[in-house]
Amino acid sequence: MAEKRDLLGGPPATINVGLEVFADTLQELGFPVVRVDWRPPAGGDHRLTDLLSRLERSGGPNRISDSEGPGT
Amino acid sequence: MQKPIEEANQAALSHMYNAEPVLVDVAPASEVMPQLGEGMLLHAGPPVQWPAMCSPMQGAVAGALRYQGWAGTEEEAAALASSGSVTLQSAHDFSAVGPMTGIFSPSMPVFVVENRTLGNQAYCTINEGLGKVMRFGANDDSVIERLRWIEKTLAPALREAVLRAGGVELRPIMAQALAMGDEMHQRNVAATSLFFRAIAPHLVRGSSQQASLSEVTDFLVGNDQFFLNLAMAAAKSAMDAAASINGSTLITAMSRNGTNFGIRIGALGNRWFTAPSLMPDGLYFPGFTSDDANPDMGDSAILETLGLGAFAMAGSPAVVGFVGAGTYRDALNYTQEMGEITLGHHPHLSIPNLDYQGVPSGIDLRKVVETGISPAINTGIAHKEAGAGQVGAGIARAPLECFHQALEALVNEMESR
Repeated sequence: MAEKRDLLGGPPATINVGLEVFADTLQELGFPVVRVDWRPPAGGDHRLTDLLSRLERSGGPNRISDSEGPGT
Repeated sequence: MQKPIEEANQAALSHMYNAEPVLVDVAPASEVMPQLGEGMLLHAGPPVQWPAMCSPMQGAVAGALRYQGWAGTEEEAAALASSGSVTLQSAHDFSAVGPMTGIFSPSMPVFVVENRTLGNQAYCTINEGLGKVMRFGANDDSVIERLRWIEKTLAPALREAVLRAGGVELRPIMAQALAMGDEMHQRNVAATSLFFRAIAPHLVRGSSQQASLSEVTDFLVGNDQFFLNLAMAAAKSAMDAAASINGSTLITAMSRNGTNFGIRIGALGNRWFTAPSLMPDGLYFPGFTSDDANPDMGDSAILETLGLGAFAMAGSPAVVGFVGAGTYRDALNYTQEMGEITLGHHPHLSIPNLDYQGVPSGIDLRKVVETGISPAINTGIAHKEAGAGQVGAGIARAPLECFHQALEALVNEMESR
């Protein structure tokens, strides 16, 4: 409980994830902000995130053959 | 235990990072690529036929047909090419890469670069220098004359020297040039100087062509970008070593034909995934603007595929202004941003001012799609009309659509097994 009270008792320590506008506002008011450059995976495109998940699940073949040699 | 995709990518990276490219010969293209015969030309980028070619590439094709003696005039050359009787193929399918229009004809001499680790070879034409040159689509008599001088005088002298030297190892030159401020795409002054230092004694000693040596040395020292084509062949030999590995999501080729941009991924071999080429964002020579520019073109993006060019911009402060990248901080940001989409850092190509961290190297299809960060490419900009030549330099981005297509194809391929 002590930590929760401290949260409101002093100046905020802020980490801003994603949208810059929140960080900008706090910074204009003089509060320090650590910005984290975060974007939703694949720009939030569900078709692409689904493909990425399916690729992860399918994994690929278990046998990697070095004898395939260089391609062209 | 690693997942199969990770295992495949580690195998691909190992082949790519351990490649030891050595310039072993300078030979006529038809000698080392016997399939490149009468009536056939190779071009940069994914496959494209005459009607869809941009004007500079059509200009280069017409020039190459005159250079080969298959057409007497530009009009005859255009008629021949448009008749469909000239076979036009992607240079990548011949283990070859060419800058900008990237045209190869059978008589053109090429650098023969061998990856001593696996024994595969890659080829690139000899850089023609600045001004009116075929790689930018110029094709007048001065262009043809220079190409003939390269074939008859420069290439034989270089061939003798390279054979006398027992080959020239390229990776040490590239590593040292990177430490001296070259990113080896738009800046090659250090690499060219180092190459000249390596080859000069062998050019001079015992040369059977003493009379032409002053012309040859003038040409070599007068072209800061001479090493570009050697770096491209070296990069191609490394990327081919990493190609065709089942399950690998490594990007093994990025290339542009001035109309379309294409990529290949390790798991799907020689298949291209293409989307329209984007316009570079850059600085223009006096008198030119972006209205004059052709969309992004050339096989030289093989350098970014390896981790050089825009990926290595933090190691090349001097190139930042030339390509209009902004400040050195921006250059650093490019290298750091490209690190978000690569599988690792090249162990042999490091950037001194990043505490000798290797260049970000080995683009991962999954990371490009997931982050939406598109590979950046330092590039020359050609005029959109054949014959006018280079109008500027800048930075282009690979169209994300290529990566989306490749991901879909890879998922379909894996789920069908």
